[in-house]
Amino acid sequence: MYTQGLDQQDKSPQKHDALDTQEQLDAFQKRVDEEEKIEAKDWMPEAYRRTLIRQISQHAHSEIIGMQPEGNWLTRAPSLKRKAILLAKIQDEAGHGLYLYGAGETLGVSRDQMVADLLSGKAKYSSIFNYPTLTWADIGAIGWLVDGAAIMNQIPLCRCSYGPYARAMVRICKEESFHQRQGFDILRVLCEGTAEQKAMAQDALDRWWWPSLMMFGPNDADSKHSAQSMAWKIKRFSNDELRQKFVDVTVQQAEFLGLKVPDDDLEFDEESGHYRYGDIDWQEFIEVIKGNGPCNKQRLAKRRKAHDDGEWVREAAQAYAEKQSSRRSAA
Amino acid sequence: MSKKEWPLYEVFIRSKSGLSHRHAGSIHAADDQMALDHARDTYTRRSEGVSIWVVRSSQIVASDPAETAAFFEPAEDKIYRHPTFYEIPDGVENL
Repeated sequence: MYTQGLDQQDKSPQKHDALDTQEQLDAFQKRVDEEEKIEAKDWMPEAYRRTLIRQISQHAHSEIIGMQPEGNWLTRAPSLKRKAILLAKIQDEAGHGLYLYGAGETLGVSRDQMVADLLSGKAKYSSIFNYPTLTWADIGAIGWLVDGAAIMNQIPLCRCSYGPYARAMVRICKEESFHQRQGFDILRVLCEGTAEQKAMAQDALDRWWWPSLMMFGPNDADSKHSAQSMAWKIKRFSNDELRQKFVDVTVQQAEFLGLKVPDDDLEFDEESGHYRYGDIDWQEFIEVIKGNGPCNKQRLAKRRKAHDDGEWVREAAQAYAEKQSSRRSAA
Repeated sequence: MSKKEWPLYEVFIRSKSGLSHRHAGSIHAADDQMALDHARDTYTRRSEGVSIWVVRSSQIVASDPAETAAFFEPAEDKIYRHPTFYEIPDGVENL
């Protein structure tokens, strides 16, 4: 989900950057240019480390917060089969969050610190999860569109220059394919159903289409901070390139479903072989990122409550572990 | 925040018998048994393993990447360890 972290300006203190010598920076860039992977204990520029911590932790937080809109429909899934599938998918999201926190920790930041930054509102997560899931069709739309957009973003991340992140992405990409197909399957069944069911699918597409396009981040012209990430080979394709790929494959899938993409400017350009699409409402995107989306407050409040409610479990497990360990040392 | 962070464990998985355990990633757990349970739930949801090892990350002793060149240098100039170093005369087979 989730390269939005690469488009944000680096605001953290830069005092350590001065310690990186030009010689070290050049040697590092040479390794990256030669497609060598950078591993956890290798020397790396402080700014590279900071960019990755921000990107990987935002990615992890997106997976964790992303469990909420889907969890909303767990108890109301239309059949036991759908419920079991949705439960497995949500469990995968938790797993993805954990792989990513693990990758983030190799950069010298603790998981507790990353989680604290999410709960305090300091760290961000993907804008898409601040939209509500109003009907069952939304669960289909999330799998098909949101996970579809995520796959476009994540496949190039499997070749990211930072080894632990790239390896986590390989694992995640293998599992995302199931997520996207189950979403498409939900919508396909709705589209083959009654007129009312098909209208429900259309309504979900109407509401999720534009926010899904926003997941790729600002237009290239406004995405100045991603140039460094490209040079470091964290990012391999620009926001607009990935968005175009997504539109090209998804429009055809919408046609198969018999749904209309909510964009009057959408048309196929014979010459380039790509679909041309209308302007994105970037003001909406900025508002959601700033915390003024439909569900920002609710998502964070729920996460904080879950964290606080789990405090006694963490304490009890720790106390048990300490007791067992002191018994062992006494024996 | 819990006062104290659960320790970090590295996870190694044998995907099927006959193969070695391979590093999969890391997890946090309060104790060893929980580490195994969390490793199973995190890394083998699709039957990726038949055996799991977990070890506290703090217990791993690793070579220093900054010293890689010097550390592995003794092997660099011993090309005669490789069979391709030797010339095989024409007509000699099965060598």
